[in-house]
Amino acid sequence: MSEPVEGREAAFQQRIERGEKIESQDWMPEGYRKALVRQISQHAHSEYVGMLPEGFWLTRAPSLHRKCVLLAKVQDEAGHAQYLYSALESLGVERDTVYQELLAGRAKYLNIFNYPALSWADVGMIGWLTDGAAIVNQVPLSRSSYGPYARAMVRICQEESFHHRQGFDLVHRLVEGTARQRQMAQDALDRWWWPTLMVFGPPDEHSPHSRQSMQWGIKLYSNDTLRQKFIDQTVPQIHHLGLRVPDADLRLNEASGHYEIGPIDWVEFQRVIQGEGPCNRERISSRQRSWEQGAWVREAAACHADKASTAAALAGDEHAQ
Amino acid sequence: MPNNWKTWEVFVRSQNGIAHRHIGSVQASDADMALRYARDVYTRRDAFVSLWLVASEHLISSAGQDQSAWFETAHDKGYRQATFYPVPDGVQNL
Amino acid sequence: MTTHRTPGAQLSEYLLRLGDSTLILAQQLCGWCGHAPTLEEDVALSNVALDLLGQSRLWLDYAGSQMTPRQSEDQLAYQRDAEQFRNVLLVEQPNGNFADTQVRQFLFDSWHCLLLRELSRSSDAQVSAIASKARKEVAYHLQRSSEWVVRLGDGTARSHAYAQQALAHCADHVHELFAMDGLDQAMLHAGIGADLAALKPEWFSYVQQVLAAARLSYPQNPLNLDAGKRGQHGEHLVGLLMEMQYLARSNPGAQW
Repeated sequence: MSEPVEGREAAFQQRIERGEKIESQDWMPEGYRKALVRQISQHAHSEYVGMLPEGFWLTRAPSLHRKCVLLAKVQDEAGHAQYLYSALESLGVERDTVYQELLAGRAKYLNIFNYPALSWADVGMIGWLTDGAAIVNQVPLSRSSYGPYARAMVRICQEESFHHRQGFDLVHRLVEGTARQRQMAQDALDRWWWPTLMVFGPPDEHSPHSRQSMQWGIKLYSNDTLRQKFIDQTVPQIHHLGLRVPDADLRLNEASGHYEIGPIDWVEFQRVIQGEGPCNRERISSRQRSWEQGAWVREAAACHADKASTAAALAGDEHAQ
Repeated sequence: MPNNWKTWEVFVRSQNGIAHRHIGSVQASDADMALRYARDVYTRRDAFVSLWLVASEHLISSAGQDQSAWFETAHDKGYRQATFYPVPDGVQNL
Repeated sequence: MTTHRTPGAQLSEYLLRLGDSTLILAQQLCGWCGHAPTLEEDVALSNVALDLLGQSRLWLDYAGSQMTPRQSEDQLAYQRDAEQFRNVLLVEQPNGNFADTQVRQFLFDSWHCLLLRELSRSSDAQVSAIASKARKEVAYHLQRSSEWVVRLGDGTARSHAYAQQALAHCADHVHELFAMDGLDQAMLHAGIGADLAALKPEWFSYVQQVLAAARLSYPQNPLNLDAGKRGQHGEHLVGLLMEMQYLARSNPGAQW
């Protein structure tokens, strides 16, 4: 009955190349499954940790309208994490199992959330730049070869476009405001620009998993391609706002039509990935604290459910007698 | 999670006249909680008119069965399709 | 703000009570976002906060429209000091643990639901319209918080103890919900406001029913604190407002 693995892998690859979607019950190479688990769990953790820097500003938002918008946005991120952990469950991976990896400090998530959100303008930058980068990254993933992930991404991308717009709108309001507000916006841009460019990951020649993931249709464009697309679409927006890109080397290559940037500090990137960013420890310990503080609540709910089902069963027995 | 927190599959109906479709899942310790969470997580933007939930452990699925034995056998019964039958020129309303 | 000579001033003062109570509770719930016991609960609590915030904006906007000069929702939310806030004391009690938050929510929701039912019949068209919209949202909040009170009360020994403690603390602030002061009386006679005292038996019967299912008991001799509606608040509200208002206040005249 069972074919040799090589035959199955070849047939699998042909399905991918024909543009077929893979669903959870389908046979898949172990490497494909592992790559998906890595990609989806990193993405889920990023959404969950990503709630923290902006969440800090929920109680401090300077107008009721902005408070509403930010709350809806941070709430969406919880929703996104929830969709993604659900997609992981379709691969037989329990949410708790991957979440424990995050709490133990062993899981990766987007580096950018290890930077602090120090002013209200940072909230705008996270929406406009970080979520803008996320959209560039994620829109192609709505066509991921893995069905449950692709479907989650469709919903996520629709919601991210609200995040992106509200971020731009927030910054727009700042640059039209007082000198202090404009300065706030420029400071925040100076701090978030480079970390955002790093969101796309290391250059193609140093991206260990990229080639195989592209073959499998779970990554559709290279890191550098996506980064360039983001730069080309964002620099004109920055100029429109009258803000300055913190890069002395930035220039528009008239021939190619693309913006060329100065060197990215990959040493810093590695340093933050290795856990030495300004907020790595704080983020993880915040997640741990919330998880531990919720433990007795989850226990209580479980205990109540047990009692209720026992009571229901007893009532059923009595009825039968 | 304590072990009786379960995963529940969520199905939504966007308007009367349209079937429920699967949209995702939620984790909850009881059915009431699951239903509320499904509402809170999946209906933040889109208006739905109905939710169905089933504990994932109670969902019966063809997964694990031999796909070809189950589904490919329908492919060669072309005579079940209307297009199998030629319609002579000039014949209408067939 | 203590004398209410004109009907407009009385109405705006009454509306501030509604707007401030919902605003402060929403602000408190914001503190849970990202820190709830599960991801789903994060989303759910944020939904409640968003509903309350939306309601607060409608009440404050209406309140501000009755003032001279007209005040915006943001002027009211961000530029008043603690003693100018008119929220009931219950909502300014700290978040505490999850039981403190859910018990506070339950006692508030069960009252809020009845209050909005009455206000939806108000002779003031705008009060009636806002209350009718809010009522649908709050009906859901009450179902949710009632279920949580039962889960926690009838859960583990620990959760039961936490819920009972939370109840003991929150009950001290229940009297105020039903106390009819001069303004409440005036608004009732004008056909605008609700007869709060008349709601208490119905409220108590519902609460008792939920508490029975939760194996919790309503505290015997709660205090009768009721100064929040008159602007006498606890320390916690001062800190809460400092956090909420500092950015807006440190940038006078700025638009956001």
